[in-house]
Amino acid sequence: MIGTYREALNQAMREEMRRDSRVFLIGEEVGYYQGAFKVSKGFVEEFGPQRVVDTPITEAGFTGLAIGAAMAGLRPIVELMTFNFGILAMDQIVNNAAKIRYMSGGQLAIPIVIRGPGSAAHQLAAQHSQSLEAWFCHVPGLKVIAPATPRDAKGLLISAIRDPNPVIFIEAQLLYPTKGDIPEGEWTIPIGQAEVKRVGRDVTILAYSKMLLLALEAADVLAQDGIEAEVVDPRTLRPLDTKTIIASVSKTGRVVIVEEGWPFAGLGAQLAESIYTHAFDALDGPIVRVTGADVPMPYSRPLEDLAIPDRDRIITAVKQVLS
Amino acid sequence: MARSSSQRDDWFALYRQMLLIRRFEEKSAEMYALAKIGGFLHLYIGQEAVAVGCIDAVEEQDYIIAAYREHGHCLARGSDPKAVMAELFGKVTGLCKGKGGSMHLFDVPRNFMGGYAIVGGHLPLATGLAFAVKYQRRPQVVLCFFGEGAVPSGQAHEAFNLAALWSLPVIFICENNRYAMGTPLEREMALYKGVTERAQAHGIEASRVNGMDVLAVRAHIREIVETVRQTPKPFFIEAMTYRFMGHSMADPAHGHYRTREEVEEARKHDPLLLLKQQILDQALGTEADFKAIEREIGQIVNDAIAFADASPFPAASELYDDVYAEPTSS
Repeated sequence: MIGTYREALNQAMREEMRRDSRVFLIGEEVGYYQGAFKVSKGFVEEFGPQRVVDTPITEAGFTGLAIGAAMAGLRPIVELMTFNFGILAMDQIVNNAAKIRYMSGGQLAIPIVIRGPGSAAHQLAAQHSQSLEAWFCHVPGLKVIAPATPRDAKGLLISAIRDPNPVIFIEAQLLYPTKGDIPEGEWTIPIGQAEVKRVGRDVTILAYSKMLLLALEAADVLAQDGIEAEVVDPRTLRPLDTKTIIASVSKTGRVVIVEEGWPFAGLGAQLAESIYTHAFDALDGPIVRVTGADVPMPYSRPLEDLAIPDRDRIITAVKQVLS
Repeated sequence: MARSSSQRDDWFALYRQMLLIRRFEEKSAEMYALAKIGGFLHLYIGQEAVAVGCIDAVEEQDYIIAAYREHGHCLARGSDPKAVMAELFGKVTGLCKGKGGSMHLFDVPRNFMGGYAIVGGHLPLATGLAFAVKYQRRPQVVLCFFGEGAVPSGQAHEAFNLAALWSLPVIFICENNRYAMGTPLEREMALYKGVTERAQAHGIEASRVNGMDVLAVRAHIREIVETVRQTPKPFFIEAMTYRFMGHSMADPAHGHYRTREEVEEARKHDPLLLLKQQILDQALGTEADFKAIEREIGQIVNDAIAFADASPFPAASELYDDVYAEPTSS
């Protein structure tokens, strides 16, 4: 069926909650409000308030509670209204969710999904517009997923819910209304598998989440100039599918990495390092990164536009690596 | 006479547990000085009656979770002293294969759900254990131990609110030893005389107990556990206690923030001395009995040291194990 990214997430959670009574959803406004972004529409009506748990605005408290519930055998899905608020739960995520298995010598597993929108929407200003995936990717013990399409969102969210580890699942507010194919019924995508979203020979563009859509648009424009870009979406950011990425780089020899986050110690720096380490000889020139500007997000629209990567900057970067 | 004999066994069992913790930790301090134990070592000496009294009041199915001064809680739960000592030594035969250490003891088969070293950070986990219990309608309770230094933290208050809001079966046990590391209560907490009032402000029933008297602690907790098991809801206990040693091995027992006289005065209320006196007063035992127990415990602790010493360190191949769980079909 054709549906929105929002519907894909809703289906994934609904199907898993029907299948497994240990799965429950917890977060701010997930129940009677139907989700701050309406992702859990209809849930409290179907599953009741015991399994669709509205919380006070206390991210450390309810994220920690969910981790404790996972220790005792449940499979929580924590909805963060946005990942900006997840900063308040960083102690729970980093010091508890990610480490309890290791510290206990493997006695416990923490099967939990922590999901919600990351990155910028429009004019939400500095505290509501940031891409924090690099923070989470830095931490051993966590898995990090950032799907771009409804199909990937559904297949990866189901896999995340079934995974026995803590999974950080980063969505995007601007992706929620985007449409695409949603496979019905049992549909999973293995965690840790990248996908070539567009086949090309001249350059590899690596992009994930919202930036994938921009990269595909840029590739269409470049095709008019006879430049065939291969667009690769890692989909899972940790563990990273270096194999698929290297295969593409080996073919094209040129790489542009697109990310919405800040450049310094950003995820693109890690992607570039992985490519330099495994495929240095395949490269015909240095990797070029397109990133968000190294500033807190400004409110004013013209300044905000400057701070977020756009299609033309990707096109310019591709022409630069090809020159 | 039968009643008296069972009372004798019961009281001596409590004494034995407290003595095990005491001697185990004294020996741990020696091992620390010999660099057999590294990192931070926070001793529980002086506070034994709290862990022993509380944990004796619950069942095997109940969950225990604690902070980083948790050797005593783990031993009171029945963990093998050999495996605990081996963990302190960083050996592969330790409870957590040497990966947790003194501050992160876990014994999941005994529902001992870990020691945590971010002050206040495990209180939300305790409410989560209680959430799962209630979600699955299981007849368990959760005992969550922490120091009074955790009480002002934001995470503690978030946990109190959630536990009260959702009537979760968690018993918060605040071990008030009067110092958050080296900062006395009156310099760490506004309204420091009313620690229980902080929980009451969230709608949690709270009470205070003499944490040096193991019989009083156990009697009090038993009553609360019974209530909570019948009707899930949180409870908050302030156990008044005192740590005879420094905050950690880096901190002398007295000096910068408390006087020798204060520590000596507190030692007069040693929970081991108190129970011994109670036993002698009731004519339930003699000095000879205590000597025999002392020998027995000495042997257990020596065996633990020998076991830890003889055990191997984890192999290099262990380094990357246990970071992630392998997916299983479910």
